Amino acid sequence: MSKTLFDKVWDAHVVHKIEGGPDVLFIDRHLIHEVTSPVAFLGLRNRGIKVLYPERTFATADHNTPTINQHLPVEDPLSANQLKALEQNTAAYGIRHWGLGHNKNGIVHVIGPENGITQPGATIVCGDSHTSTHGAFGAIAFGIGTSEVEMVLSTQCIMQPKAKKMRITINGSLGKGVLPKDVALFIISKLTTSGATGYFVEYAGSVFEQMSMEGRMTVCNLSIEMGARGGMIAPDQTTFDYIQGREFSPKGADWDNVMAYWKTLKTDDDAVFDKELSFDGSEIEPMITYGTNPGMGIGITHEIPDAKQVEGGVATYEKSLGYMGFHEGDQMIGKKIDYVFLGSCTNGRIEDFRAFASLVKGKRKAEDVIVWLVPGSHIVEQQIKEEGLLNILTEAGFTLRQPGCSACLAMNDDKIPAGKYAVSTSNRNFEGRQGPGSRTLLASPLVAAAAAITGKVTDPRTLIQ
Amino acid sequence: MAYDSFNILKSTAVPLTIENVDTDQIIPARFLKATERVGFGDNLFRDWRYNPDSTPKGDFVLNNPVYKGKILVGGKNFGSGSSREHAAWAIYDYGFRCVVSSFFADIFRNNCLNIGVLPVQVSAGFLEKIFAAIYHDPDTELEVNLPEQTISILSTGDKESFDINSYKKSNMLNGFDDIDYLLNIQSDIEEFAKKLPL
Ligand code: SF4
Repeated sequence: MSKTLFDKVWDAHVVHKIEGGPDVLFIDRHLIHEVTSPVAFLGLRNRGIKVLYPERTFATADHNTPTINQHLPVEDPLSANQLKALEQNTAAYGIRHWGLGHNKNGIVHVIGPENGITQPGATIVCGDSHTSTHGAFGAIAFGIGTSEVEMVLSTQCIMQPKAKKMRITINGSLGKGVLPKDVALFIISKLTTSGATGYFVEYAGSVFEQMSMEGRMTVCNLSIEMGARGGMIAPDQTTFDYIQGREFSPKGADWDNVMAYWKTLKTDDDAVFDKELSFDGSEIEPMITYGTNPGMGIGITHEIPDAKQVEGGVATYEKSLGYMGFHEGDQMIGKKIDYVFLGSCTNGRIEDFRAFASLVKGKRKAEDVIVWLVPGSHIVEQQIKEEGLLNILTEAGFTLRQPGCSACLAMNDDKIPAGKYAVSTSNRNFEGRQGPGSRTLLASPLVAAAAAITGKVTDPRTLIQ
Repeated sequence: MAYDSFNILKSTAVPLTIENVDTDQIIPARFLKATERVGFGDNLFRDWRYNPDSTPKGDFVLNNPVYKGKILVGGKNFGSGSSREHAAWAIYDYGFRCVVSSFFADIFRNNCLNIGVLPVQVSAGFLEKIFAAIYHDPDTELEVNLPEQTISILSTGDKESFDINSYKKSNMLNGFDDIDYLLNIQSDIEEFAKKLPL
């Protein structure tokens, strides 16, 4: 029978099917961090059981960690306590741990791919909803709750019903200044934040085929923001070239064997999806959000729509604009910005820093804007230095912080103050997400760069030579 | 962590008529820094229940001694937002064993079933009847019968059936969780793992 890419990977991991219940799914790779793992380890201790395959779990500290002075003790006692718990738990159960200060430390969804842990055809889970990032490699990857973290630690399986299948095809090519982030924000603006609830999405078409791995990760990362369980893209030569030679990627004869398998990982021509959507790549502009969910996005040259034109309740829409201090019909271009955040598992990779640096090169940071540039990992930080990007950034008046989730969820000190506007390359613009009362405009690294040098919302295309 | 088994629950109920109750309201993000599963009940609906100086807000239903019981009845679309299981823990730790609503967010429903809180989805009309009965008489008892998959308002005799998949139902009836199930088939899992390419 014809199968989709999702079917092929899912079916290959079903240990048991339960009549009238979920599938028992084997998990190849498990990523953990300090916030959602401690209670799972506690559960293991209470039951008196061990970790079945410690070598399949990888731990990092990222959600709570400071992005300056990482060599000093963490000041917040609760955060310090979670970091210590992760260190002790991983040591007790023999799990690899890249904690604060380790040269492989970084955001969980950045370090998986860059170390070759993320591979095509794998099942990958983590107690964090943006685990969908890893789908960029043709893996099935999604976020889980803490009970499920305990299940994976103890049995390497979880129990879930199979999702429905959706394919989103975008052909054509992207215009000048349009980045993968814009493609994702465009799709979410079309589908709304619940448009893909219950589905696993496959992205197909020339736009994704031409994308780098970093770009594909940005797109798959944001799948969750339209309600999808996850997103994936069929592996191709771009994928294989990215993986080859990385620390945990297969070597020698193993590489040849997996390659033979990985090349079969694509949707069969006559396979059927529960839902199919397609868009034209040339329609997509640089995007920006104006409201309090990621579906409230528009092309940067557009005006904020009238409540009548949008789906859902008028009262909710007006409450959202009220929170943001915006009005129907407002132009986004020219709005004053107080903060810029470049980073997160959505846009904290080397390519994002290249894009940002390309735009600010030879220009100056705007005086009254505070800019936080936070690499996704130490490896990204190192690359920024080696490629000479740090010099460009420094000359333009910027400084680089140390890796972590930072202002994406503001669990550490990197909080946007109440009422202030931030152009952010992260993934959620919910009320209070970047700090109590913070106002977030989600956008690409180029739009962030344009805001950083002009102090307002600016179409980056007007600044690209 | 296996939990108390669930069979027939007869209890008064706490009415929370608000719609779209999200997980950030059930347990605010700043309480996610704990390393143990204790004390979450104290922070259930923290910002609705307490003022910033930790004095209770008199107008919130959990602070009204008239309403009590092991069943929480919530407005439509209960449990939307982040996947934090802490939301379900807070409800369990507070002492609720069952949440009734006319619509649940997917992940929240799953998290509840994983930790021993029974989510009961009823029609919008039946939800109205429950609220009306409780407001008429706060001592109104509800009976949730898991073996028969029914919920009744004992004072009025109104009754409706609800859905639950047979696997989760038998787990709840026995107080088993998924880990118990998985530990039982561990040798199959280990055999399976040997044949995987990765
Ligand atoms: S960067 Fe943000 S979304 Fe990504 S893992 Fe960290 S907190 Fe989650």
